[in-house]
Amino acid sequence: MIVLAAKRLVAMLLIMLVVSFILFSLFEADKMAVAGKVLGPYSSVEQRETWLSQNGYDEPFFTRYTQWVGGALHGDFGNSLQYKVPVSELLVDRLKNTGILALVFFLIMIPLSLTLGVLAGMKEGSWLDRIISIFSVLTTSIPEFVTATFLTGLFVYTWHLLPGTSSMTSGFSWKEMILPVAVLVIYDFGYVTRMTRASMAEVMTSQYIRTAILKGLPYKRVIMRHALRNALIAPFTVIVLQLNWLLSGLVVVEVFFAYKGFGSLLVDAALFGDIYVIEACVMVAVFIAVFSQFISDIGYTLLNPRIRFS
Amino acid sequence: MTETIKLDKEIPAKRESGFKRFFKALALMRESPVGMIGALIILFWVTMAVLAPFLPLYDPNAIMSPFQKIGAAAPDGGTFWLGTDHKGRDILSRIIWGAQKVLIWATFATFVAYVVGMLMGVLAGYKGGWADEIVSFVANIFLSFPFIILCIIIVATLGASGWTVVVAVTFASAPQIMRIVRGLVLDLKTRDYIFAAQTRGESPWYIMLVELLPNARGPLIVDACLRLGYTVVAIATLGFLGLGLPPPDPDWGLMLKEAVPLGAFAGHSMYLPAAALASLILGFNLLADGLREISLRD
Amino acid sequence: MSNTTAVTPVLECKNVNISYYTRAGEIPAVIDFNLTVLPGESIGIVGESGCGKSTVALAIMNYMGKNGRVKSGQILFNGRDLQTMSEDELRSIRGSQISMVYQEPMASLNPSMKIGEQLIEVPLYHENVTEAEARQRSMEMLAAVRLPDPQRIMDSYPHQISGGQQQRVVIAMALLSKPALLLLDEPTTALDVTVEAGIVQLIKDISKQFGTSMIYISHNLGLILETCDRITVMYSGEAVESGAVQTVFNEMRHPYTRGLFASIPLPGTNKNSRPLVPIRGQLPLPQNRPQGCYFGPRCDFFQAGRCDTQGGINMRPVPDEQRHDVRCVRFEEIDWASYRPTGLSGEQAEIGKTVLEVKHMKKYYELKDSSLMAMIKGKKVQYVKANEDINLIAREAETVAIVGESGCGKSTFAKVLMGLEEATEGEVILNGLELSHTPVQARKAQTVALLQMVFQNPFDTLNPSHTVGSQIARVIKKFDIESDPDKINQRVMELLDLVKLPRDFALRRPRQLSGGQKQRIGIARAFAGRPSVVVADEPVSALDVSVQAAVTGLLTDIQRNLKTTLLFISHDLSVVRYVSDRIVVMYLGHIMEQGTTDEIFNPPYHPYTEALLSAVPIADTSVKKRHIVLEGELPSPVNPPSGCPFQTRCPRKIGAICETQLPPLQQTATGHAIMCHIPLAELQLIEQVFQVDAA
Ligand SMILES: Nc1ncnc2c1ncn2[C@@H]1O[C@H](COP(=O)(O)OP(=O)(O)OP(=O)(O)O)[C@@H](O)[C@H]1O
Ligand code: SF4
Ligand code: SF4
Ligand SMILES: [Mg+2]
Repeated sequence: MIVLAAKRLVAMLLIMLVVSFILFSLFEADKMAVAGKVLGPYSSVEQRETWLSQNGYDEPFFTRYTQWVGGALHGDFGNSLQYKVPVSELLVDRLKNTGILALVFFLIMIPLSLTLGVLAGMKEGSWLDRIISIFSVLTTSIPEFVTATFLTGLFVYTWHLLPGTSSMTSGFSWKEMILPVAVLVIYDFGYVTRMTRASMAEVMTSQYIRTAILKGLPYKRVIMRHALRNALIAPFTVIVLQLNWLLSGLVVVEVFFAYKGFGSLLVDAALFGDIYVIEACVMVAVFIAVFSQFISDIGYTLLNPRIRFS
Repeated sequence: MTETIKLDKEIPAKRESGFKRFFKALALMRESPVGMIGALIILFWVTMAVLAPFLPLYDPNAIMSPFQKIGAAAPDGGTFWLGTDHKGRDILSRIIWGAQKVLIWATFATFVAYVVGMLMGVLAGYKGGWADEIVSFVANIFLSFPFIILCIIIVATLGASGWTVVVAVTFASAPQIMRIVRGLVLDLKTRDYIFAAQTRGESPWYIMLVELLPNARGPLIVDACLRLGYTVVAIATLGFLGLGLPPPDPDWGLMLKEAVPLGAFAGHSMYLPAAALASLILGFNLLADGLREISLRD
Repeated sequence: MSNTTAVTPVLECKNVNISYYTRAGEIPAVIDFNLTVLPGESIGIVGESGCGKSTVALAIMNYMGKNGRVKSGQILFNGRDLQTMSEDELRSIRGSQISMVYQEPMASLNPSMKIGEQLIEVPLYHENVTEAEARQRSMEMLAAVRLPDPQRIMDSYPHQISGGQQQRVVIAMALLSKPALLLLDEPTTALDVTVEAGIVQLIKDISKQFGTSMIYISHNLGLILETCDRITVMYSGEAVESGAVQTVFNEMRHPYTRGLFASIPLPGTNKNSRPLVPIRGQLPLPQNRPQGCYFGPRCDFFQAGRCDTQGGINMRPVPDEQRHDVRCVRFEEIDWASYRPTGLSGEQAEIGKTVLEVKHMKKYYELKDSSLMAMIKGKKVQYVKANEDINLIAREAETVAIVGESGCGKSTFAKVLMGLEEATEGEVILNGLELSHTPVQARKAQTVALLQMVFQNPFDTLNPSHTVGSQIARVIKKFDIESDPDKINQRVMELLDLVKLPRDFALRRPRQLSGGQKQRIGIARAFAGRPSVVVADEPVSALDVSVQAAVTGLLTDIQRNLKTTLLFISHDLSVVRYVSDRIVVMYLGHIMEQGTTDEIFNPPYHPYTEALLSAVPIADTSVKKRHIVLEGELPSPVNPPSGCPFQTRCPRKIGAICETQLPPLQQTATGHAIMCHIPLAELQLIEQVFQVDAA
């Protein structure tokens, strides 16, 4: 168990390292291009060269790479070209906002989809199952920005109930949270629901559930004690891995609603060519993804006695 | 039992023509109403895409009168069946041409991702050992990027174009396909017919391509269907973020991006592309569901 | 049946019809089924796969799943119809008055709950007891099913104990609230023979000790003979014969029952002079059962007009016999005395020169141990000793059988021979060519063709994506037998003739074939390259009894005619005795004993062979058998015992020497070899394991 965790941890670090190297070579191998981005397209070659030597770009590529990694480990990603402030400051602020959004999302999505999934899977083929299944295919079929379009059309333009942007310029507002969270939940809950349903349905047809029923146990105990525990192992991993998916969704939703989060920061940076911000954002995103994979692997082993004790 | 039937040389069974098989497959879909609906939606969009050059449509990029309502009369005496957008371009024409574009690029990108992913998957699954470790590690690296973020990086480096989309989709999807194929192969390779092939000294590539892959096709067809849907979403999302296929050619995502801020007084220019997109993806998902249901039955 | 009304039967099935409803329509799974179980009686239900045995059992539990339904008839438990009971009533009966033991113990236990918790549920929910009491009772029951260390078992998860132990746990669970009726659905099919023997012993003792009535479902007639008082034989959804075990075994009246007995390799049968008589054809699918008697198309006594009448055949009592019923219109008139069907007999082919020789072959698999303990100790690599010092010779036209229980290294041995694995040490010599270090890809096509294999599982032996003909053709091409397409085609046809399948099967895909037919194609494929040695790894164990005989017959017949050497790998000693000239007994990677078939089946026995022989159930009332039940579990090949590998379970162990020294190989002049510390002379004195009664 500990060995497994250690192994995963090493693999995780290795991936982070490779990713950082790819990123750095992608964005900073060509020094002149970097200087061009920093000083603007109209800067002269001399200006760029002076800037390069002033900022330590004369060192060989690998030295620069190690310095950059060193900086990144201390949270120093340089200054944003667009906002002229340290990237880390920007990032912390934006991550906090995104964190709030993600937290609210999970708090609603998890109970919702687990309940629906278990209800649907408990009696495969029942009308409840059919309704839940069809509903969840429908919602997962509509990408975030399309849902966002429809919701905005109705709640903002037609009924004037909610604000169309969530930039929170005048402080935190629950009202501005509603649409972004709703869009994320609508798109994502279907997937988890379907996974939970499949897992539950499989457990319900397993021989040990038959054993439990034929032992004469009350139905409630069969479900609560025998089925749920086994049925929820798979959804657990899915939910944790959902973090990775969620990041993609967050990018879209934040851009759509002008929510000042991590995703909109990344897209702005990509459109502006703010390479230091891109680098930092991607490293953070990959860290979150890899870390959630780690948690999901470990969790899976812990939840599954068959693996835990072998 | 032992009566023998004389058969002349025709051992290789005659293959039915592709056409016939297509209709047979469609007939099979009758068993799943859900899948049937999906197939019809897709058929509709494919037909539109194919017919786009032959339909009496305005030039999708021609700038005429802006903000026309649905069914408004055009200056040249025709009709804007679905109105025009903020620049005065015909929405119907843009949606149909947009369908063609997204379908072509999505199919192509998915196809490339499949070729790469399947080869990686069979290699990793069948060979195991080092080949597996290396292929899996490479796959894990790309899997650790959230999908859109990977696309953003690639677009930021290569610039926006259809080819960039293909590259991005390949990098993002191939590792997932590889995982699925690898899993299938790990299961299939313990079958006795694989041992039989090994014990007659077949080469690994023969086993991988002739003995293994054909048996993995069931789940892969379902996955390919879902993945086509994802790819359409990805292309549209990139368009929406302003990172997709370059303007002014019609792109559903871009159309939405432009229409949403003006949705207050031109709702149709925002709802229509949104509905088009949602319906196409729904089509792929329903078809995949139907196929899965049918394949699980026997 | 008037004489049964004196006591209320525990269970009575009256004209029960059960159907499954699928997309393809209604599938009648059980038709007109009658059964009476008196208190304390144990009833065997025997039949081939798909004949409706499990359906009957689940119907008795009134648990038919989503798509199954008892269409008509009554199932009375202590006189009350289970169909009319409410959910609550059913629940109070299930698990307390009727309980069930299943085929796959591992799948029947909840993987994420401790065994203790799964056990105490039964008394907790059926009787008003405290948890402590329930726990106490569970521990006692675990001890009663002879599980060592009940406390530890209570605290284990199912996967932490062996298959045999799991099945004992399931039995304990079923007995916890002293049921009136115990249903056992193939309780030992998933287990090894020696483990099976232990469970069967336990079941017999239980029925005596608790007086529980039992329904024992099995496809194995031998097991029914050992455990039951009465038997019901089923065929394609119908009971075709039922009666007391002794009566049915000695004077069976239905042609199917007769056919079944003629197709199992009982002592006395022999592949050359007294071959098995297979039942021709195959089981009909429920959708295409024939009109009238379902057995009609396979029956030698079929009479048009009487056997194919509309409305089916009724079960009728045999005159002058008690509770013996038969579903055949002609059973009174059939003259069994003059009925002498013949199987594929033949002359023993002359055994020729040595074809295959294996010398001191060893195969160790490396196992990377990644536990923390191993890392600290620095012992990261462990070895699975799959084969230790294998020596064996096989001659032309000879059948050499390799027998042993799961994990004894049979399949590893086959893999090394075929070149799929490299031997760790030793030599494998085929026709004078040393092959132990030449992987199959590096062997010449002719060499590869010389050594071919028939696989165990008919469902995966053929590639589902390709036609049968193209798969055989590929072998012919690959081995350069022919290259001209016409000639290849010709050869494919000949091979289909050889395995007695119609030629148009070449165009079929594997899913259009039955299990037995697939296995025939597998045999055709193995013989396509004119091999000199064919390795058959459990070629019939996955087939139905009536089909097994036909496939075994075919295989031995082809082998006899082509003078091929056959290495027959099996766990089933009855089949092995029937087909082989010489037998090799393996245990934990070692050869414990080898010799001619006669030598193996007569003293001197190796103590393991002796136990193995006594564990095989034999469906013959005239055979008297000694029962030896082995204690303990099969050790893991990663951690084999010191000294003699059989030392941990050997009932004849002579002392410390068995634990410290690998026993010597004692050989007689004829080549009979036994690996044991007990001197041959002493082993010679051991009594026969089974004797055939002259009477
Ligand atoms: N849930 C189901 N739906 C449809 N058909 C079924 C179902 N379960 C069983 N059957 C069919 O009913 C028939 C009897 O099946 P059953 O499982 O009772 O046979 P069995 O004698 O127990 O066979 P085995 O020896 O393989 O266990 C078979 O033809 C089987 O295919
Ligand atoms: S009824 Fe006819 S076909 Fe059926 S078993 Fe009797 S003799 Fe044979
Ligand atoms: S050597 Fe000892 S333990 Fe081994 S079989 Fe002989 S008597 Fe038994
Ligand atoms: Mg069964």
